[in-house]
Amino acid sequence: MDKQSRFYDEMFDSAGQARQPYSRYNDWFQTEDIRHLRRKSGEAEAFFRRIGITFNVYGQQEADERLIPFDVVPRIISAREWTRLEEGIAQRVRAINAFLHDIYHRQEILRAGRVPVELIARNEAFLPQMIGVNPPGGVYTHIVGTDLVRTDENEFFVLEDNARTPSGVSYMLENRETMLQMFPELFTRLKVRPVSSYPQNLRRSLSDCAPPAFNGDKPEVAVLTPGIHNSAYFEHAFLADQMGAELVESHDLRIENGRVCMRTTRGYKPIDVLYRRIDDDYLDPLNFNPNSLLGVPGIMDVYRAGGITLANAPGTGIADDKALYSYMPDIVEFYTGEKAILKNVPTWRCSEPDSLKYVLDHLAELVVKEVHGSGGYGMLVGPAASKRELARFEKKLRARPANYIAQPTLALSTVPIMTKRGLAPRHVDLRPFVLVSPNKVQITPGGLTRVALKEGSLVVNSSQGGGTKDTWVLGD
Amino acid sequence: MLGKTAGGLFWMFRYLERAENIARLVEAGWRIALTRSGDAENEWKSVVTTAGMRAGYLAKHDDYEAVRVINYLLRDPDNGSSVMSAVNAARSNARLVRTALSSEVWEAVNECWMAIKAVLARPVTERNLPEVLSVIRTRSAVVRGALHGTMLRNEIYNFCRMGTFLERSDNTARILDVKYYVLLPSASYVGSSMDNAQWENILRSVSAERSFSWLHGGETTPQGIAQFLILDRRVPRSMAFCCWKTREQLAHLEGEYGTRQPSQDFADTMCQRFDQPITTIFDQGLHEFLKASIRDIAALAQQIEQDFRFYG
Repeated sequence: MDKQSRFYDEMFDSAGQARQPYSRYNDWFQTEDIRHLRRKSGEAEAFFRRIGITFNVYGQQEADERLIPFDVVPRIISAREWTRLEEGIAQRVRAINAFLHDIYHRQEILRAGRVPVELIARNEAFLPQMIGVNPPGGVYTHIVGTDLVRTDENEFFVLEDNARTPSGVSYMLENRETMLQMFPELFTRLKVRPVSSYPQNLRRSLSDCAPPAFNGDKPEVAVLTPGIHNSAYFEHAFLADQMGAELVESHDLRIENGRVCMRTTRGYKPIDVLYRRIDDDYLDPLNFNPNSLLGVPGIMDVYRAGGITLANAPGTGIADDKALYSYMPDIVEFYTGEKAILKNVPTWRCSEPDSLKYVLDHLAELVVKEVHGSGGYGMLVGPAASKRELARFEKKLRARPANYIAQPTLALSTVPIMTKRGLAPRHVDLRPFVLVSPNKVQITPGGLTRVALKEGSLVVNSSQGGGTKDTWVLGD
Repeated sequence: MLGKTAGGLFWMFRYLERAENIARLVEAGWRIALTRSGDAENEWKSVVTTAGMRAGYLAKHDDYEAVRVINYLLRDPDNGSSVMSAVNAARSNARLVRTALSSEVWEAVNECWMAIKAVLARPVTERNLPEVLSVIRTRSAVVRGALHGTMLRNEIYNFCRMGTFLERSDNTARILDVKYYVLLPSASYVGSSMDNAQWENILRSVSAERSFSWLHGGETTPQGIAQFLILDRRVPRSMAFCCWKTREQLAHLEGEYGTRQPSQDFADTMCQRFDQPITTIFDQGLHEFLKASIRDIAALAQQIEQDFRFYG
């Protein structure tokens, strides 16, 4: 326990007593037989396989479809804690939308000198094609997955804003389904706020952003997937299914009379709102990457002319860009006139010579990330790296400093997982899911808790061996 | 519904039907091999021919030894129509059209795939063949059951069913065509014990031995069998039944979409073929009849594909 004590454990205090949000769960847990719970873990895995909640791992042919390991101990958040997170996230997401509108229109924030011009101008995530475009309903980021980490009782940090096409919401929903099936009695003991209305809310919130060209009684919503081999295909199919929307691929689509239409058994039918799960770059071979086979040639032109709503809007990547991240507190203040409720992790921008020097001098203590990276790829965790890895990374850093940012290694909180020897603390993060419609920001009470299954590991990404937990937000 | 989805449903059920049919052929072949060891090699040869896998098989093997044939039919990855390949393809199509399936159908097909993958992970031996065949049979029955019990009776259902019926009638036609010579009233064979075994085997290949004796008493005649498997609309694996059912699905689609498609006219014409007496078919040539039917089934499938925009 000594080694763990520098980390905040969300379930137990240093005296080994259950903290308040977990007290009822712990009462139940103490009466349970560990062997029984371990058997339940096995059941959960069979359940996931059967319903096919799998993901494909790039570069691993052997394990074509893998399961993300699921831990049966829930992560519990009190009503009070949640209220604060909710306010903080909503504030941040509003600021992001205001920022995006500004950056693609008058660029007041650049004129005010709060964000350096070159950070935008030279950024690949900034899409000149979006300048002057007004997305239907004024919404840029219909769906956001804000990544949070906790270091103490009241210390939450935003790690990433994920304003492009965040994934993982299907796990939030299916993890809950699994827990409901396995431990129904717990849900009668604790007041856990439901998450199941997410798909309906998503559909409603997308429908509320119908484009000017929409002229029916119900907007036609479709989900655009790169296809069956994409790592998140399950989620794309799941969301389409739950929303009652069509799941389309590029070869189902064509442009007719200024509308993006899908090939149905009865001919081509216009789509009003497209929840696209492909990156900006692949969206439109005529306007972006000419080699893309995943997109629809000319869809940007239809979009600009008001023929379709794209969710999220193209070009939102500029807001969750890691190079911009360190400016988020200023961005929040600039657009809301308030101090940011949620903290930012202190960040060194390696593009600045002084910061680069500091980072190189302290490489072994820091986490260094690629500005455009995701999924835990191309990242250095200093304290866990070998001398050789450090040396290799130093070279990369010196070669392209602007490609990196560095942050202190945070003392991520832990939540116990069920292991062969009983409960053992493991590091976690949290991704709540946010829906934005013209006049509303809605946050589902819950989210995806990712957990590093290896003892001491701080990397929670599923592509790097992380697992998930059900996240319970308690009612009052 | 997306054209792609309609195509996915259609093919998912074609592949499932194919997997089941191949398992049935293996079962019938196995039975002959057990009871009449002298005919075994020939019997396996005709099983491979019926399954339409002869060229592929001969590229890999020189003889029709039971275990080799069984493994080729059930699990050889080089064989695109092996039970394993068919089930893989069915499940892959199911993933593609997941949004159109009830969760029970999806889970049934996913579990079917997992179970069959598990029993076919290692080479099949004579010893575990019955167990393997029974897993294939029960698992596909669960998918069918989930389809009937939980799916909306709308366009989705129509495309699923058409896939099943077209694949099935093709299969029945092929079984008859490979064996048509034993059904011909050729003097030298009539009444021989070899004939009886062959007739029985035809019925077994379509799991219809019991229903045949229910309808025909103990009297097994080649004309009786042909009439039963080609024209009898009470028999769920007869060509007439499959044709009428396909036509029914197309009529439902006409009702739902309000448009009559060329495939419907095609199906109507095809169904008329099953209105003539079996003697006429024999007079005009059983083989020719079956060949024409197989060709038309393929043409109808293509017309459906086009009418409902499976591929664009």
